Formats: sequence, structure tokens, C-alpha cells
Amino acid sequence: MSDVAVIGFAQAPAERHSAATTNGVEMLVPIFHEVFAATGLTKDDIGFWCSGSSDYLAGRAFSFVSAVDAIGAFPPVMESHVEQDGAWALYEAWLKVLTGEAEIALAYGFGKASAGNLHRLLALQLDPYLLAPLWPDAVSVAALSARAGLDAGRWSEQDMAQVAARSWACARGNPRALPPVDAEASVEELLSRPYLAEPLREHDCAPVTDGAAVVILAAGDRARELCERPAWITGFEHRVDSAALGARDLSVCASAASAGQAAGARRAEVAELHAQFTHEEIIVRQALELGDDVVVNPSGGALTGNPMFAAGLARIGSAAAQIMSGRADVALGHAASGPALQQNLVCVMEGR
Amino acid sequence: MSQPSGPQTALHAVLEISFDYTRSLGPTLGAFMTALADRRILGARASDGSVHAPPFEYDPVTAAPPEELVEVGPGGTVTSWSWLPAPQEGQPLDVPFGWALIKLDGADTAMLHAVDAGSAAAMRTGMRVRPRWSGRRGSGITDIECFEPGEPPASGTVSTAGTVSTADAATVAMLTMPITLSYEHTVSPGESSFLLALAEGRLIGQRCPACQKVYIPPRGACPVDGVPTQDEVQLPDTGIVTTFCVVNVPFHGQQVPVPYVAASVLLDGADIAFQHLILGCDPNEVKMGMRVKAVWKPREEWETSLRNIEYFEPAGGPDAPYESYAHHL
Repeated sequence: MSDVAVIGFAQAPAERHSAATTNGVEMLVPIFHEVFAATGLTKDDIGFWCSGSSDYLAGRAFSFVSAVDAIGAFPPVMESHVEQDGAWALYEAWLKVLTGEAEIALAYGFGKASAGNLHRLLALQLDPYLLAPLWPDAVSVAALSARAGLDAGRWSEQDMAQVAARSWACARGNPRALPPVDAEASVEELLSRPYLAEPLREHDCAPVTDGAAVVILAAGDRARELCERPAWITGFEHRVDSAALGARDLSVCASAASAGQAAGARRAEVAELHAQFTHEEIIVRQALELGDDVVVNPSGGALTGNPMFAAGLARIGSAAAQIMSGRADVALGHAASGPALQQNLVCVMEGR
Repeated sequence: MSQPSGPQTALHAVLEISFDYTRSLGPTLGAFMTALADRRILGARASDGSVHAPPFEYDPVTAAPPEELVEVGPGGTVTSWSWLPAPQEGQPLDVPFGWALIKLDGADTAMLHAVDAGSAAAMRTGMRVRPRWSGRRGSGITDIECFEPGEPPASGTVSTAGTVSTADAATVAMLTMPITLSYEHTVSPGESSFLLALAEGRLIGQRCPACQKVYIPPRGACPVDGVPTQDEVQLPDTGIVTTFCVVNVPFHGQQVPVPYVAASVLLDGADIAFQHLILGCDPNEVKMGMRVKAVWKPREEWETSLRNIEYFEPAGGPDAPYESYAHHL
């Protein structure tokens, strides 16, 4: 078993309406070049490739196979795909390096969510017998979770608006976040706006976003050669909650708590959380038992750019960048998938 | 495809895809859906004694199928809710409504459904609701059209157009869920050039700056080198058949009578073949390496599509030697 570290990260600028195709090639080629230039690697150095994307999102069959063009995959490469956020592709890549099957591995995720009706489309990730036939949209499902926490006294609409205001303020320092529509809006101003799906307002919901992200992993000495300060992975865990929305308490998140405990989340000084709604940041923060001194989402987080199938991977990459740049010693990246934080992944990294 | 509104705007078009998912229900959901057709709602008793409604198929703790299904409701209590001002296609109601998690009387878990409450002001956590049955039976969870505020009738008999006993209700064993999704597809800049040139009767490929291979249609990135292909190359409408098959199987939407030949056509000067039809000869005469030329539709029918070439037909001349195209197979 090897020590494994993140040694490279790049993400495409988040866009509300990308001109790219849904197979991701145009968004991926520039970030592959960027991450190779930064690490001094070429495609021939990569022993394993793994991607995260969805044909439902792309509206075409085998979109991930078209995306492989961006790799330059002839002669054939060792390659895999998950129909999940690229963070789960990174987990598969991590296992390949950990078990010695590859020395360097690359995970990427891409999505052009603006091509279809994202919030309607996401009904198809629900139970196909009892839930999907009702076509519950993703914002309404999240709103049920937000209401559960409001009713339980776990947060207020003011707390939620504060998360939004802080996220957009942080995003000013992140050139890859979406351009803000109204970064200056105060919490009071946000709370005076109409509901999108009560109790959620527009600022509570991550914008529909197109984008892509890539993370490179390397083993032991190879990581030390390639990166001055690798982000060593000390805990990498994922867990899942019941698919039955009415059978769990939507104001808390047992799977995030369990993944966080197993991965050692409480060590983190800085955390990038994949919260697609303001209240989800509060839930995950509580589930991971992050103290008030932990810096959460210095990049602005998914609320300021949520490319489907790439945003979770970008959280891990952004957390790793905190270590590689020397700004933090222990950082945490979190990714979520499914309705109302059903699936949670936690990656804890440290500088040495 | 729409014409671009400016030189930098890629071609784009709406694509609607649809598919009917037909699913078998199995013993637990089959019993649940059959009971719905009978205007009754069932839950499953779990190993810890709690009642899950809708029923689980496998116990969340022991993973065993439920031993007992018990009737719950029809009244229930809202445990969480949201308000949807603008309903979307396929949702239970086409007027603003509430989504709610509803704990049916006798159950310990909640069911997701719509509540027809008129306005958000009429919704609250803890409100009592009752099912409103749809006019259809056997449609699964949508047999319940929605819930509405209020208690169920005291007698326990349910207000519907009529009731049937379990014995009369046909067993619901299969459900079909039609799915329709709409996308706005954009083509890449290279594909845009290719399609716009086709509308003028020209064939445009792109050359990889690293390996010099010519791709038609352009692919955005060279699959060998992973670099964008940018240099445009005009190609002739002649080439060879690399490989082919004779289609004898009729299928829905088929546009050419069987038997006919679908082939990989490699244009002269190109390094990748694309699929097209070979007509204008007996299928038995088609060979690997055979020279072919495009047969174009009448000019007035040209659009931004490879369908402007109706098919390829034999061009005569000697066949290409196998070695010249072996690496394209």
C-alpha cells in the first residue's frame, strides 16, 4: 500500500450557458493542458484515467466515450467511468494508486447542465416506482429538507441567507467561480426577495452551471518529485443514506457524519463542502463536526458555481490547492450526490 | 439546425428524447400498487416494529423482505412541505401546489406526494390531509392524484367514484413510466464548419497539428494526441468502402427497403471513415476496398446535414489494396 497525494488540480471557468457540446471535450482539453503544464506531466505518464459524467445530463448516449477524445486515448489507455460526480471517479483512481496498479492517476468530471432542464431531469435519480413518477424537481426536494431544519430549529432563513452572502463574498477571489449577479446584496435584501420554492429563495440554490474539473494523484516518492508540497490523502470515505426520502430525518445527514468520522474530518482547518443549497452547508458542517474556527468554502463553494459531475471533484481539488500552496496544513474536500444529500464523500488531506 | 446569429455562434438545435420504461413490480410493490387500485394504502412492518409507508422491499436493518403488510391511513399528517408556484410537466397538479412528506395514520415513515392546498398560506407542518384518488386505477403511485387538506371520512370508506374489493381488483404487476426530456444541443466549432459547408455541397475535415491525421467530421480533439484540430481541409466526395454489412433486419423507422448496405466510407484524403449507405448496386456486389462516390440530393433540399448525401454508389476503377486501408478498420 502506498501513500497517495493530490499533486495537480484544474477547473474550467464556471459558466451559466457554455457554448461547448455536452460531451465535454471543449471544456476538458484546456484544463488537461493546464494541469499537465503545472505538473510537468504528459498524457503518457498517466497510468489510470477515470471520469464522472451522465448521459441523462448530456442528452446523448455514451457521452463519456466521446469525452475520451480529450485524453488522446489511442493507443488505448486504462480507463474507467462512473455515472456520478468526478469525486467518486477520484475514489476509484485513489484505489488504483493505493493498490499499486498505477503510480499516477487522473480523475475528471464534466457536465453541461444548461443543455436540458436540470431540476426536472434530477427527478430521474429518485426511486423509479414511488417517487420519479411524480416528477419531484430537485429544488422542491431540497426545500423539504430546508423546511425540516427550520421546523426543528436547526437553522433560520437568516442563517441560510448568511451562507449565500458569505459564499459570494468569497467567490470574488476565485476567477473560476460564476460572475456574481448581485454580490453586494445584504442579508436583509436577500430575505426580502420572493420564494422560488418556499422556504428556498434563489440565493439558497446553486445556479445551473456548466463546467469541468480534473485532479491528478501520485504515489509516494513520485508525488514528492512532482509537487513541492503534495496534499497527502489521510482519509477517503463515502457513505449512502436511504433512497426513501420519508424514512430519514432530512434536517441531519447520517451518511455525511459517518463518512466524516471515518475519514477524520475533525482535523480539518479548512473545508470545501459540496453544498448545493445554503441549508446543506449547515447540515454538512454539523455532520462533520467542523468547529467555528474552520474556514468553510474559501472558493465560494458550489453556490457560486455548481457544474454537475465536476463540482464535488472541484471541492477536493480546491481543498488540495490550499495545502499545495501552503495556506493550510489539513484540508477537507466533500462531495455530495443524489437527492437531499443522500450520498456523501469526504477526503481529508494534509501537508507534510 | 438553426443558422448562427453571428460568426462565433455555433449551430444549435432542440432534441427531444423519449422512452417508456416498463418495470415489473415484484411482490411488495406489486401488493402496494394493487391495494392502491383498491383505494387502500399499505405499509410494511419492519424488524424493529415500525411501519414504513410506502413499504420497503427489504428491511433497512435485516435486509429481509417484509413479513407483514398492514393498512395505513387514509388520513395523514404533513411532516415537511414546500410550495411550488410554477408546476412542471409531469407533476401531479398543473396549478400551484405543495410538495409534502406525509405520515399516514399508523405509519412511522412519510410518503412524498402533492397537496392541493390552494396557497402556501394554507400549508403548515402538522396539517391533516387525506388522499384524493385519481380517475385511474392501476397507475401506481399516481392512483393517488394528490392529497387535500382535511380529515378522511369518519366511516373509513373513501370518497371516490366507486370502490372495488381486493378480490375484484386485477393484480398490478407491471408499470410503464413514459419519460420525455428536451435538450438544446450545440455542435462544436469544427462540427459547425462541417455542417455549414455541407449546406453548400462541400465536405470539410480538420487536420491534427500533431499527427497530421485528417478527421471528418471534425472531432474537436484528436483522439490520438488530445489536442484541438483546427486546420480545415476540403475533401472530395469520393472514397472507398473499408468495411460494410448487409442489413436484412427490418426495424422501426427504417427508411431504405431491405436488403441494403451500411458501410464505413473513407473519403480520399481522410484518416477516419464515417458510416453511410451504399446503394445503386446489388448488395452482393459490394466489396471491401471498392471505390465509391457520393450521390447528392437535389440542391434545393440541401441543409446543414450529412443527409445531403443520399448515398454512395460504385465509382468504378480498381479496388484499393487491403494494405492501404487495413489500419482504418
